[in-house]
Amino acid sequence: MHEPELAVRCRGLVKRYADVTAVDGLDLDVRRGECFGLLGPNGAGKTTTVEILEGLLEPTSGEVEILGRRWKTDEAWLRQQLGVSLQETFLPERLTVREILALFRSLFERGRDVDSAIDLVALREKEHARYAALSGGQRQRLAVACALVGEPKLLFLDEPTTGLDPQSRRMLWEVVLAFKKQGGSVVLTTHYMDEAERLCDRVGVVDHGKMIALGTPKELIDSLGGSQIVEITLATDAEETLAAVAAALRSAPGVQHARAQVGRVVLTVTELHVALPAVLAELRTRGQDLTNLSTHHATLEDVFVTLTGRALRE
Amino acid sequence: MSESRTTRLSAIRQIALMRLRLFYREPGAMFWTFGFPLVLSFVLGIAFRSRGPEPVVVAVEAPADVPLARAEQAHAILSAGTDVVARRMSPPDAEIALRTGKVSLVVVPTSTGYAYRFDPTRPDSRLARAVTDNLLQRADGRTDTFQPELRTVTARGARYIDFLVPGLIGFGLMSTGLWGIGFSLAEMRTKKLLKRLMATPMRRTDFLFAFLVVRAVLLLTELPPLLLFAHFVFDVRIAGSLVSLVLIALLGGLTFAVMGLLLASRAENPQVVSGLINVASFPMYLCSGVFFSSSKFPDVMQPFIRALPLTALNDALRAVMIEGASLVSVGRELAICAAWGLGCFALALRLFKWR
Repeated sequence: MHEPELAVRCRGLVKRYADVTAVDGLDLDVRRGECFGLLGPNGAGKTTTVEILEGLLEPTSGEVEILGRRWKTDEAWLRQQLGVSLQETFLPERLTVREILALFRSLFERGRDVDSAIDLVALREKEHARYAALSGGQRQRLAVACALVGEPKLLFLDEPTTGLDPQSRRMLWEVVLAFKKQGGSVVLTTHYMDEAERLCDRVGVVDHGKMIALGTPKELIDSLGGSQIVEITLATDAEETLAAVAAALRSAPGVQHARAQVGRVVLTVTELHVALPAVLAELRTRGQDLTNLSTHHATLEDVFVTLTGRALRE
Repeated sequence: MSESRTTRLSAIRQIALMRLRLFYREPGAMFWTFGFPLVLSFVLGIAFRSRGPEPVVVAVEAPADVPLARAEQAHAILSAGTDVVARRMSPPDAEIALRTGKVSLVVVPTSTGYAYRFDPTRPDSRLARAVTDNLLQRADGRTDTFQPELRTVTARGARYIDFLVPGLIGFGLMSTGLWGIGFSLAEMRTKKLLKRLMATPMRRTDFLFAFLVVRAVLLLTELPPLLLFAHFVFDVRIAGSLVSLVLIALLGGLTFAVMGLLLASRAENPQVVSGLINVASFPMYLCSGVFFSSSKFPDVMQPFIRALPLTALNDALRAVMIEGASLVSVGRELAICAAWGLGCFALALRLFKWR
């Protein structure tokens, strides 16, 4: 059979509830073998989008094709091909890791055996421990194992590492990268920029139910027009002063963008060694005392803040 | 195709195993299912145990305007046999004793005979009046026109415990069905487990089927402890066939399981479903003849009470256990149960929120 090129194709996706539009005309293509990240703050519509793609929610309007098929006509087939980890699932507390995996394995026609699923997420030591006794990281690893036990072609992970310790996060990243290496496609949502940069081939930034930017992490960062971010804190935090300083710095050499934020001014610069002396000189002539200055390489976080004026985790 | 059939069987098996494990790993559920009916039957069986025939207790007043000898005479007549315990009392004491139920009747000697003071709405008072009057009339010279031949029987199955045990079985089937199914489904929905399972290829029918199978299996394990306990402690026998009893229990148990499914079909959390289960089960708990006969309610209520599934189930269980009835003779009751079961199932399938 001809294998479609896209793992996910959706056009004009809209999901309206009585008083709120959660998804507002979203287009999305995920290629086969790609890991696609949906980024956005809480309430941006990431989970709603993913649950529509997973066939768990009906869209108000719009088209969805998963692996070239539609939920209405091919649900039974699609369910066999998909691995899903919801944002929040409490598996039965009084069942053991092994029992839970055996349950999920039994629901699929094909899949990996329970032992290999246990080893995949390194839960061998906890094989006979009840779900109630697992740590947050172990629970999340089990949830991902449940999603992988049917050997899916496409994996959906909704905020897989939210609230986890660094070690568990890295462990889960390895699992996702290994899945991708074997040809699997992944759609994940996250509000961790480092996670998106580490795992995703492409990311889409979602805000208020719309896709506001799309590309590889590098493309998005480059779109800022500079690769360094400079943050300045002044002795005063009066809004008008900060706005005036930002406006003045916009024309300084090497500066691409300048914005006043609460308590500080944020600059996007191309060449730090050119921009910094100019910025300091401008502050001196304006008689503003610098209390703090920091620089870092631009990240997806900066992309998001530049696009929306808000931090991702607000 | 055969691959998919094996998958479905193993899926049903795994879902059923999940239900069983969650049940036996929950100590509370074990107690309410197995321990509670035993405790209840033991306590109620002791409280309402049958005793030998008890004498009626009456007071004999000694009013000031009648010679004391008349009261003494009445006291002697009444105390001669074993049917009556007679106590001499002053009028005020007798008044209090009657009001507080310590005596059932007060005998007041008058110049021409006796007056009886009693409350005719009290069964014990009416009995005391008949017995006392009989003794006093005979002593005064009344002769019986014939001597009745007394044929006393002790009917097995007529004791309160014989009435109670089938009621407790019905009650248990209702509680475990409603709570076991309804509560756990609502909990699965709250915890998004239902949604998570819907994201797998699991078939809804397999899921429900596994739930009902587990309910049927558990129900078969619930019956023996109570029946054996009642048999060995209170000598409660099953007059009819055990197979009929088990089949009726299965039908009743599944009816209530399906009702639990309906009550949990929309509820977003266990609190809502608890409320619904209480609302649904309380009228049946009171009216359907668990602890006392449903015939005690007024005639206007009877058609409604008869139509309740627990009334039908209890009536059928009692008919088989006490009267030895056949399945055919309780066909009407079984049809009522089945109708409830099918109705609830159809409605639950329409209303059930899976995601």
